Amino acid sequence: MKIVTVRRISQVFFFSLFVWFCIVATIGEKVWQIRGWPVNWFLQLDPLVAIGTILTTHTLYWPLLWALVTVVLTIIFGRFFCSWVCPFGSLHHFVGFLGNRKKKLARKIQLNKYRKAQCIKYFILIFFLFMAAFPSIGVTLQTGLLDPIPLVTRSFQLLLSITDRSVNFVSATPRFYEAGWLILLIFFTAVLFNLIIPRFYCRFICPLGALFAILGRFAIWRIGKNQSECTDCKLCERSCEGGCEPSGNIRISECVLCFNCRQDCKDEIISYQTRPSLAGEITNPDISRRGFVLSLAGGVFVVPAVRLSNKLGSNWYHRVIRPPGALPEKEFLKRCIKCGQCMRVCPTNVIQLGGIEGGLENLWTPVLNNRIGSSGCQLNCVACGQVCPTSAIRPITLSEKLGTDEFADVGPIKLGTAFFDRNRCLPWAMDKPCIVCEENCPLSPKAIYTREEFITIRDGIVTVTKVVDNTIELETAIASDKFATGDYYFAVEDGARAQITANTENTITISPDEKFEKIPAAGDKIEIQVRLQRPYVDIEKCTGCGVCEHECPVSGKKAIRVSAEGETRSADRTLLLKR
Amino acid sequence: MTEQNDKNFGRRQFLTRTGKAGISIAAAGTASCLLYDAKGPPRQAVKAEELVTLPDFSVPTVTGQTMSIIEGSDRKQTVTKAIELLGGMERFVKQGETVAIKPNVAFARPPMLGATAHPELVAAVVELCRKAGAKLVYVTDNPIDASASCFTLSGIRKAASAAGARVILPKAHHFKHTTLADGKLIKNWPIFFGPFARVDKLIGISPVKHHARAGASMSMKNWYGLLGGRRNIFHQDINTIIAELSMMVKPTLVILDGTEVMVTNGPTGGSISDLKRENTLIASCDMVAADSFGCSLLGLKPADLPYLAKAQIAGAGTTSYGELKPILGTV
Repeated sequence: MKIVTVRRISQVFFFSLFVWFCIVATIGEKVWQIRGWPVNWFLQLDPLVAIGTILTTHTLYWPLLWALVTVVLTIIFGRFFCSWVCPFGSLHHFVGFLGNRKKKLARKIQLNKYRKAQCIKYFILIFFLFMAAFPSIGVTLQTGLLDPIPLVTRSFQLLLSITDRSVNFVSATPRFYEAGWLILLIFFTAVLFNLIIPRFYCRFICPLGALFAILGRFAIWRIGKNQSECTDCKLCERSCEGGCEPSGNIRISECVLCFNCRQDCKDEIISYQTRPSLAGEITNPDISRRGFVLSLAGGVFVVPAVRLSNKLGSNWYHRVIRPPGALPEKEFLKRCIKCGQCMRVCPTNVIQLGGIEGGLENLWTPVLNNRIGSSGCQLNCVACGQVCPTSAIRPITLSEKLGTDEFADVGPIKLGTAFFDRNRCLPWAMDKPCIVCEENCPLSPKAIYTREEFITIRDGIVTVTKVVDNTIELETAIASDKFATGDYYFAVEDGARAQITANTENTITISPDEKFEKIPAAGDKIEIQVRLQRPYVDIEKCTGCGVCEHECPVSGKKAIRVSAEGETRSADRTLLLKR
Repeated sequence: MTEQNDKNFGRRQFLTRTGKAGISIAAAGTASCLLYDAKGPPRQAVKAEELVTLPDFSVPTVTGQTMSIIEGSDRKQTVTKAIELLGGMERFVKQGETVAIKPNVAFARPPMLGATAHPELVAAVVELCRKAGAKLVYVTDNPIDASASCFTLSGIRKAASAAGARVILPKAHHFKHTTLADGKLIKNWPIFFGPFARVDKLIGISPVKHHARAGASMSMKNWYGLLGGRRNIFHQDINTIIAELSMMVKPTLVILDGTEVMVTNGPTGGSISDLKRENTLIASCDMVAADSFGCSLLGLKPADLPYLAKAQIAGAGTTSYGELKPILGTV
């Protein structure tokens, strides 16, 4: 079998596997649901994830040991990952092939020539790594913005949810993602650039490819010419994926091991060999000193620049509500790679990839939005922490989340605290019964409780003209049939009251069971009152799950909203004095 | 067009081009005429929804066999006995019929917390339907929490499937608009209709639960699950909406489970300390009667729940359940 055929099989296999892992990242017990599927395997293989988190945390989180496999294979074989495994690379490869296959030979060769700008990816890599490198200045892990594996993971998860809209296979109800448009815009831009230059992203942008290029510096086997003379037909550059100039001084760092040159060389001069190319080779990435220094300085400078906003200090944004088990914000930002797996697995769709309202570093990190999805954070769910590849959200147990068993002393994990907006709440602001929030509070005992109050309605003091049995005739007209809902009462001055069971424009009927000590007489003033259960939050109990906010019928700006004060992950955001 | 072409430009080309231009003008003109809208959009730009009505699933009344109250701790036994005393499931489900069962699956909670219908009870009713010859049994609800989680965590998906039922999760296309004749609140409102459109019989299964707003959540409140849209706004007038639900839904049978009653912290519960064992199960063709008795398990009188009186006035049933002479039994 031809080597390029083997490569294509490998690409199809790993691409399909990747898509499969995207599909099975669904909560459930069926074979195609999450069970034991290693849905993070591609992210774990990604050495940029491993190296990034090593730089920020000085540890290698155990599942990321998989990256060592990739690193070792790359050191031996070169950038095999790009053309054999990477799902994003395979997509670029395929789209580039489709878009350029009808072009003339000379044009193809021209498209695949080496360009000076291919060094940009190294500067991107250096920039990101130095953002993560110096604890004294402040570190943040932003590789995930452009790291192809997190990028393609979050993009595919969004594409899947769009595709699923018509079939409802992975989710019974359609899912929504607030920051989805930007993620997909970047994804499609990257894919469509292949129509201009094949593998545009891989050649110019990809920081992971840049890392592989540096790692593959001493590759034992590499592509090269096995004789120095050749007809210089340049056919080998017709389909060169890396733009690495195999016809001349091959640039090993740019070669993605697609083997197309070997396939296309009529004279079989090109081979995968241990000796350097006889036509000469350039092993080092083309990193200029000036570029290196600039990107390094940029990386070092950008963290304090971004943090001028003080979003990690007193100016923290209260709507950045992290999933249960998330580390304290600074530690969280050292680990989150913005892959979107937590967003994908969340059964209620409440986990969203955030925007920049919580600071630039917040972009595409998981944030709860209780207005999206089928419900807030579910009491009995810890799925997000289980799938987090870097433990930015720790894999907590249910006992830890709920504060039971061995965690009974520390109490439950709080994501924040719910606050009433009494200007918007129906019982508080509009004298209407409601308490949907109380009904849905999942805690026992509930964190939302009510106090019963009887409030005289507007223009509710009316004069009695006549009393016949249980029916009281009134002097002034009232809204007919409005007060028989079971929530309205007829009150006499001494505080006794009876439920209204029917009313017309000028009569009120009360329940026959009610007995007043003194029957109101003609001329007496009586009051029409509404019985309200006015809700309160017990801040000691509230865990900030957001179910109340989700269910609140004041649908635009909710009358009860969770804000991150009191979240247990941050010692500096506590609200109540603890004894 | 290049200069070279211009030199050869002759009458033929001119006529061809004129012809094509003419066709284009004609097409543009025709399209404009066809799409011409002299009035502009109406005030209510939303297209009126096609309205549906939930079928009447009730069976003819048999005097003295409207309601049964069974004492016992094993739900499978009590429900079997309760239905047997009403004339057996064969009275309600005929050979080859399709049955929808609507348990209360509102929350993603394990069965031991009593916030949802008990899976053993649902499975037992499914089995009874199957034994009576039901061709198909659907188990469905439109929960508050994420529907898939609710059906899984409540154990109902597994138990119902194992008993031979088909579990249906609500999807957008299941919702149709309805208007309740004589209703004040259910007007052009979306309801969870799909699974009930083509079934012959409908059985409701609900636990007895405390509910701060409504007083109690029992078999009538269970139909809240059929409401779609922003159903939360009905909390402003909870008694009227529950009464209207009892007018809108005419079930074959309701089963009210008071084996373990949620006496506090309802309707979500969350702790077994919210539950109290009462070992009582009610089967009834009259859900107003079932709930009028059921509320006694919470220490309430029918007069404490204004929706019961409203439902009685609307003709949905009677609050004086004693008049139905409920059949008592023990297992």
